[in-house]
Amino acid sequence: MSFTREFEIVGGDFASAGRVSTEIKAMLRGIGYPPDVIRRTAIASYEAEMNTVMYARRGSVRLGLEPGVIHLVFADEGPGIPDIGLAMQEGFSTATDEMRERGFGAGMGLPNIQRNADRLEITSEVGRGTRLDITVLTDEEAGR
Amino acid sequence: MTDPVGMSLAKVREVLGCEVLVAPPGWESVRVEAGCGADLMSDVLAFIKGGSLLLTGLTNAQTVRTAEVADVRAVICVRSKRPDASAVSLAQELGLPLLATPLPMFEACGRLHEAGLRGCTEVPAGGARGNELHQGV
Repeated sequence: MSFTREFEIVGGDFASAGRVSTEIKAMLRGIGYPPDVIRRTAIASYEAEMNTVMYARRGSVRLGLEPGVIHLVFADEGPGIPDIGLAMQEGFSTATDEMRERGFGAGMGLPNIQRNADRLEITSEVGRGTRLDITVLTDEEAGR
Repeated sequence: MTDPVGMSLAKVREVLGCEVLVAPPGWESVRVEAGCGADLMSDVLAFIKGGSLLLTGLTNAQTVRTAEVADVRAVICVRSKRPDASAVSLAQELGLPLLATPLPMFEACGRLHEAGLRGCTEVPAGGARGNELHQGV
């Protein structure tokens, strides 16, 4: 049995930023995943959603549920990431003042996603956009 | 005196002299297991334990959204800062207790710790771990 659902994310729409991740979290809670799995998925989703809102013109996330696995695929139309290794370093940031006023842009986003995911794959093309493939394992034995 | 199961929000209000801005039903008996003071929401997402209390000077909707995502049980705005209308309405929608204390961050955290609320590194470990990263271009 598998399930997929896609959500749209609007770049620059800070008023709605995080709404998609809240909705995903509520869905996972309703299905009955373990609390730790829900929390890790929600945090990874929210960081990725905030990155999309802050940096991209538009984006989407596809939620995929399969036995034992939650997939989140974020794809955006935006500036891309020139140096993924640098972007993965805690504290490295290209954030604007507006982003920092929102409590983000401290250079923690991608490391936070990696910390909460069981697998993270980043694909990016400068000037085109970025894609994050996030995998969270849902079996408690496979968790942390 | 250390309370092994945290602190009720009623006690938090008493210790900090809080004004209650959003009071979902039963909020006073909600228990917080640890406390965290931060203005950077990415720090909150990285380090806070689920079931904690967040003290912050950041008063926009992202604070409430972050709290909800990270399983934070209540938010205290320090130095009597007034949350944005969007933050208040989101807290009401999500059923998240939202309080304000006249105390500045350092004193608010200090008084709660003195009253027995532990920090996030002082409660049993849980949550995130490091994992493999795959990069592509």
